[in-house]
Amino acid sequence: MKKKHQRLTLLLIAIAAVLGAVLLAMWGLRGSASFFYAPEDIARQGRPEVNKAVRVGGMVRSIERLPDGVSVSFVIGDNSQHRIQARYTGITPELFQVNSGVIADGHFQADGTFVASNILAKHDENYMPPELTDRGMHKTDAVR
Amino acid sequence: MIAETGLALLWLAAALSLLQLILGWAALRPGGEALLRIVRPVAVAQGLLVAFAFLALIWLFLQTDLSVKLVASNSHSAKPWLYKFAGAWGNHEGSMLLWVTVLAVAGAAVALFERRLRQDTLIATLAAQAAIGLGFYAFLIFASNPFERLPMVPIEGNGLNPLLQDPGLAFHPPTLYFGYVGISIAFSFAVGALITRDVGPAFARAMRPWILAAWIFLTIGITAGSYWAYYELGWGGWWFWDPVENASLMPWLAATALLHSVTVLATRAGLRAWTIMLAVVAFSMSMIGTFLVRSGILTSVHAFAVDPKRGTFILALLTLYIGGALLLFGLRVRHVKEGSTFEPVSREASLVINNLLLSVILALVFVGTLYPLVTQAFGFEISVGPPYFNLVTGPLALVLVLVMALGPILKWRRDRLHAVANRFAVPAVASALTLVALLVFAPHIGILPLFGLAIAPSVALASLAPLWGRNLRRTPLFTWGMVIAHFGIAVSLAGMAADSAFTQEKLVAARPGQVIEVSNFSVRFNGVEPVVGPNWTAVRAELQATRNGGSPFLLHPEARLFSSPVQDTSEAAIQTFWNGQLYAAIGQPDTAGRWQFRLWWKPFVTLIWFGGILIAFGGLLSLIGRLRREHRGKPVSETEAETAGNPEAKAATA
Repeated sequence: MKKKHQRLTLLLIAIAAVLGAVLLAMWGLRGSASFFYAPEDIARQGRPEVNKAVRVGGMVRSIERLPDGVSVSFVIGDNSQHRIQARYTGITPELFQVNSGVIADGHFQADGTFVASNILAKHDENYMPPELTDRGMHKTDAVR
Repeated sequence: MIAETGLALLWLAAALSLLQLILGWAALRPGGEALLRIVRPVAVAQGLLVAFAFLALIWLFLQTDLSVKLVASNSHSAKPWLYKFAGAWGNHEGSMLLWVTVLAVAGAAVALFERRLRQDTLIATLAAQAAIGLGFYAFLIFASNPFERLPMVPIEGNGLNPLLQDPGLAFHPPTLYFGYVGISIAFSFAVGALITRDVGPAFARAMRPWILAAWIFLTIGITAGSYWAYYELGWGGWWFWDPVENASLMPWLAATALLHSVTVLATRAGLRAWTIMLAVVAFSMSMIGTFLVRSGILTSVHAFAVDPKRGTFILALLTLYIGGALLLFGLRVRHVKEGSTFEPVSREASLVINNLLLSVILALVFVGTLYPLVTQAFGFEISVGPPYFNLVTGPLALVLVLVMALGPILKWRRDRLHAVANRFAVPAVASALTLVALLVFAPHIGILPLFGLAIAPSVALASLAPLWGRNLRRTPLFTWGMVIAHFGIAVSLAGMAADSAFTQEKLVAARPGQVIEVSNFSVRFNGVEPVVGPNWTAVRAELQATRNGGSPFLLHPEARLFSSPVQDTSEAAIQTFWNGQLYAAIGQPDTAGRWQFRLWWKPFVTLIWFGGILIAFGGLLSLIGRLRREHRGKPVSETEAETAGNPEAKAATA
């Protein structure tokens, strides 16, 4: 192979690889990125498809422990009047408390309950996820 | 006084970095030769000054000097000394000071020890390193001053986040930073060589040990961080595809690609422009990672409360440096000579494929990590998690590992396909047998773990192949290093796949006396007792476990309550066996007198980190081997290296 050809070939292969990577990423993101919903979004846009992976967030308004001892049923609210009824099975993070911010990954069931597969723990009591601060929810809201 | 001295040292170091930049530039102008000798001492002095500034901060933390804002908001007098010490970098300002310290110390190390690089290139490199330092000094002094005093001295400090109060804090961030920021040397070398038009094998041989050293630290840092998250978070996971984890993975991927392409440049004078590009990309990834971590712009399990204005500052810096380097690359790339040619079946070709796959994986991780930022700008919020990353990177990573197994048994320049097939026959049979065995005995495991487990044995075998038929005592150390690092990848892969395929989990609320079964373990919950630590109180559970009715052992998971700041943490209890770990975490009690427990049996999970240690150890052997060879003298000329080839290649053909 001539020198000129080799550099050109390698360059073309590299460009093709990067383009391929971007296409693959777009395809992957279409299937597996999850949208964020606060309670008011659901009131406005309607509930996302059943079983589709989504992320919800807001302030925890109430927590109820279920009889099996490892599940909780909780209500997520925000500055609007709307609420999301949610359920989670597992050990909840330490900072998962009433009137603190919460972000959860999971899906909606047909009856409108959100089943969380993962509740994002915070590492820091002062930390507020950007999704929530962007919507005007601050640490001070929890105190009210 | 200590705080003021620290700040003064920082200002002085910043001034010296400006001087270093100006002197370096002047020295490279026609007639500036007289200045060449001054640049090295300036770089060393700059490194020393900032190192002393960092020591001043550590001293303030050890003394718990509460008149310093940073100490008051992140430390506490009742904290064990280890966390006072390591707490110096367990916060934004302190960790940025550590960042800059590593940057300047790495520059000083180059000034002290680099003897092979052409003098003008070395000076240009040091000037580039000073230019990076200057921006980050400005960030530190104007936006993140760690030495700021408080007008009123509080009675007590706020304390360190309890999740960070673990011996891991003393070890993980510094190691990671040495790798993460150490890769800046590769960036500065690339910029230096572009400026002086010195991109060639001699330059590559000079750059290689520095890349290796940074890469070793990065590997250890990621491995340690993964184990730390595994036992400290109490979730039983070892990789979460969290933005902050990705921020350390991306430089590692780029540095790994760079490590391999620089070998092609050093031994075969190929991949010149590509290697320079990778060096720029590797440190760019470090800076982007710093931006992601320090701006708090993404929701992350690692995110701590941060000031968003700082994000803008870092963003401006990284745009300047990355943009500048890319511009220089664009202007100078036509002066970079064409590399030597090679055939499609050759060692070089396999390294090109390695580089392409690593770059594609890097691009996929990059897009997935930053995509939420892009969508945020368009007003809708999205999160990208493990489903995406596992789906798109998993299969490619397996292909990459296979290519890694093939590469070292190929000859440089050209090889024959059927000869390669012959050499790879034994490993291929091993993999086929494993695959069949898995399909028969464990038909339900996922496709990725299945193939991971199937290819691990062949990769392990093939990675040992370069030692085949050689006098082991005369085998060069860097060949041993490569073999051990590649073997480590196979070990790590086996651990990841085994854990993903066969983990068993049990979640229960148990009363004292109740027995929990997980895998072939019987775990009896004996009860809880209160315990008191230096700055926490805890509820400690006693679990008595037996395996297959064998001799019992005790596990003590704890739920700790820290006093300052007030926060609960969960301390998992882990029992290690030769073939896996039994992992227990305690949750909350309920009104019926039950406690939540989460138990896992994780087969061969330890192989993940053991593999990581092997990879880093292989890197270390390789580094020592390279340095010793060059120390012994006989500088190998460019042509000699090309015609005599490489002992690794000869062995592979034997």
